[in-house]
Amino acid sequence: MRIGVITFPGSLDDVDAARAVRLAGAEPVALWHAEHDLKDVEAVVLPGGFSYGDYLRAGAIAARAPMMRDVVDRARQGMPVLGICNGFQVLCEAGLLPGALTRNGHLHFRNRDQALRIERADTAWTSDYEAGQQIVVPVKNGEGRYVAADADLDRIEGEGRVVVRYVEGNPNGSMRDIAGVTSADGRVVGLMPHPEHAVEDLTGPGTDGLGFFTSVLKAVVAA
Amino acid sequence: MTQDSATQGLSDLDTGPGPLQHRLDTVELAARTPDVEQPYGELGLESDEYARITAILGRRPTTAELAMYSVMWSEHCSYKSSKVHLRRFGDLPRSEALLVGIGENAGVVDVGDGYAVTFKVESHNHPSYVEPYQGAATGVGGIVRDILTMGARPIAVMDSLRFGRADAPDTARVLPGVVAGVGGYGNCLGLPNIGGELLFDDCYAGNPLVNALCVGVMKHEDVRLAKAEGAGNKVVLFGARTGGDGIGGVSVLASETFDAEGPAKRPSVQVGDPFTEKLLIEACLEIFREDLVTGIQDLGGAGLSCATSELASAGTGGMHVDLDAVPLRDSTLTPAEILMSESQERMCAIVEPGKVEQFLAVCRKWDVLATVIGEVTEGDRLTVDWHGERIVDVPPRTVAHEGPVYDRPMQRPADLDDLQADDPAALARPTTPEELAAHWLAVVASPDGADKTWVTEQYDRYVRGNTVLAQPDDAGVVRIDEETSRGIALALDGNGRYARLDPYAGTQLNLAEAYRNVAVSGARPLAVTNCLNFGSPEEPEVMWQFAEAVRGLADACRELGLPVTGGNVSLYNQTGDVPINPTPVIGVLGVHEDVRTRVPTGWRTAGETVLLLGETRPEFGGSAWASVVHGHLGGRPPAVDLGAERALGELLAALGREGLVSSAHDLADGGLAQTLAESALRYGTGARLTLDGDPFTALFSESAARVVVTTTDPEAVRATAEWTGVPVTALGTTGGDVLAVEGVAELPLAELRAAWSATLPALFGTPEATVGSVPAGTVPTS
Repeated sequence: MRIGVITFPGSLDDVDAARAVRLAGAEPVALWHAEHDLKDVEAVVLPGGFSYGDYLRAGAIAARAPMMRDVVDRARQGMPVLGICNGFQVLCEAGLLPGALTRNGHLHFRNRDQALRIERADTAWTSDYEAGQQIVVPVKNGEGRYVAADADLDRIEGEGRVVVRYVEGNPNGSMRDIAGVTSADGRVVGLMPHPEHAVEDLTGPGTDGLGFFTSVLKAVVAA
Repeated sequence: MTQDSATQGLSDLDTGPGPLQHRLDTVELAARTPDVEQPYGELGLESDEYARITAILGRRPTTAELAMYSVMWSEHCSYKSSKVHLRRFGDLPRSEALLVGIGENAGVVDVGDGYAVTFKVESHNHPSYVEPYQGAATGVGGIVRDILTMGARPIAVMDSLRFGRADAPDTARVLPGVVAGVGGYGNCLGLPNIGGELLFDDCYAGNPLVNALCVGVMKHEDVRLAKAEGAGNKVVLFGARTGGDGIGGVSVLASETFDAEGPAKRPSVQVGDPFTEKLLIEACLEIFREDLVTGIQDLGGAGLSCATSELASAGTGGMHVDLDAVPLRDSTLTPAEILMSESQERMCAIVEPGKVEQFLAVCRKWDVLATVIGEVTEGDRLTVDWHGERIVDVPPRTVAHEGPVYDRPMQRPADLDDLQADDPAALARPTTPEELAAHWLAVVASPDGADKTWVTEQYDRYVRGNTVLAQPDDAGVVRIDEETSRGIALALDGNGRYARLDPYAGTQLNLAEAYRNVAVSGARPLAVTNCLNFGSPEEPEVMWQFAEAVRGLADACRELGLPVTGGNVSLYNQTGDVPINPTPVIGVLGVHEDVRTRVPTGWRTAGETVLLLGETRPEFGGSAWASVVHGHLGGRPPAVDLGAERALGELLAALGREGLVSSAHDLADGGLAQTLAESALRYGTGARLTLDGDPFTALFSESAARVVVTTTDPEAVRATAEWTGVPVTALGTTGGDVLAVEGVAELPLAELRAAWSATLPALFGTPEATVGSVPAGTVPTS
């Protein structure tokens, strides 16, 4: 199975996302932001980094890249899309996910191993977890504070759109400890923490993040 | 001297009133007007240096030539005071591991399987004091470009930071900005920060030290050198546009002392754009892959003056540059300013004419601006034209490589005898268990000993997915090949107190510590880099300290069989006439055949035997205990025993290879007290220990060549240690949530952690206090 990883100017964790895809048993396919060719991939990962140096707003310029128009079209038809950190910011800017990511409440960049609770284990990217399961993956961001209007937050919560939540401490002041959300159909997931940095015991806090990348294999086969 | 007066002097000549009004200072004009007064003093040149330039050229220099010579002959670029001493490193026996040595942008070391690693540490001290965020950020940017220039992909950074007293008001201004700058730039480049140092001392109050290290990896055949060869080849400037920032940074900021009365020097500090640098990295690596350059040089200190003259000087000598072609951020810049500008994120490449179009295409793909600004020429002159007139015509070697060299007077510091005689043996020692425990906590909770998470969690340690160990482990370990698990280890260490008491021995102790830190991770130490931070070379006592440090490092490297691959010298680190403690910061690179066998520093499992390797003597000179408890600096630093360091290194390598130890942590500042606390707190596993002899000496001595390891097979460790001659002492057993030392203290880990972790947040702010964790399901009031 082919899973695309898009590189924008300033993408940083694209090599990590590709490695995670490979370790999950799929074939990572490098996609270039300026092209319109999705190269027959069946799912796409938008990696972390500082696309366009976070100029204007984090993710704002990348959301308007040529490749993103194709991603948005395919996502609306059900192609699984995972946005990690900067990728999450891009998905919010592209209108595929609700809410916005703003400067961390404490104004510092923060990198730590973060405990998360899986709230939804029935999305395309989280079916290999159990609902309520606690995992640890790294978080690292300067603009990761999830915000939305109160009414929108109530709606997001009511529709069960929160996929992962921070537990044992909120690293950036995100409202309602929201770490990641999903689209109404559960095919598009965005989260600030980095599951691709927790796929090997040697280099991560563990392998808790691998489930995101193995889940999507089943989601594609099932679709 | 001020930035303003320096550029003012140039502007006067170019456009100001007087006989040269509205006249460009051309080579032809300079030959006709030998008596024009030139502001060489304001540009940092001595009168005899100016006379020498005139002799080289056979006429007075043009304004642009004077600008080039002034920046290239600055202490920062020319190493004019340090060169005579640094030759000792070149005299070391040739190492088989060294592929490229001193003189290039960075040394290159063979780490096996066809891989080559290049690493270097560089200072950005003065800019970081003036403008902490940008000073530190561009320090990272500069060293990353040095590594890139060698043909390598940068894979990690480290930072060694020193500030004034932790509770001094100015430290609260400088430190947060420096940390945010190191993080802001490195994070945005996608380079993991794998370790470094954070230390405090009054002597750095007006002169913080910001030393940044970068390491890169490539295949042997990919090594690139900075030289311009092949007449007709094009000179391509690529990256950011050239602006007015950082003009004269090397001659003004890095080569002069700060005076309390001096005017603001902000305009001399460069402003960084890590996004542009990230694009530059990817564009360069693609250019290297496609084999599109014959030579390459980054633009750092002294900007275009440095890049063009060094490329030409290292090549056949001839180059012509059309300065009008340089893309500018500010169209009012004079030609001299364009030549001196230190605008960041720029590189200069030598490209064969047939490859120029392909080169420019790669740059376009990455949105990197690239412009042909000149070409390699026959002959041995570097010429520069502006508006069709010749404004520079010089032999490039005289600019770049044949600058002035000084053998400055040296004198042993007058106070050194008194300082060494002031032995800490006379200090009041803790005797009761209560006092021992109180001193233990004081050392561990001191700003130097405390938890550095406040700093390191502002750095990305995970990006690229190859970080195996990072701070707080003793060494950073990075995997370089996913198939074979081959990797490298790096440690960066310095101790200004030891070097103040004895620069020769102190520098050797710094090297020994970095060597040991690499060895505890299980790696084989391979090569050395250094950043030598000292006061003014015009002070004979500082020059003596410098010469002693270099001699100490060279002698120790010879004994340990390690080459010095390059380094950086930062002088004029003083406030008024008070120099900093001599602070050599030493980096050691090691190789891991298989990073999966790496050894972490912390205790993870209960029931393991805790062993001390090495011998403890009553040595407290320059110790953390004397400094923290008594505010004392005196006596002699611990004895250097490089034979013991080497034996310990061999033992650690063997233990790692055989998988006989599950943790290893070196002893340095704070002695066993610090090491035990850090080992226990790393994963929250305590221990019950018994110390032989005087508990004060056991806990606080800083004898070198010592390491604490834990093992499930102490007999096997003893047997292995026997053939290396390293003494082994059993201390006790891991387990529980208390760090207990028989007859001394029972420190609950929670209490120890509270003391250790609270220090830096208390000094520099606790993010949680202002934000807090929002409980799930509650509606915030925003």
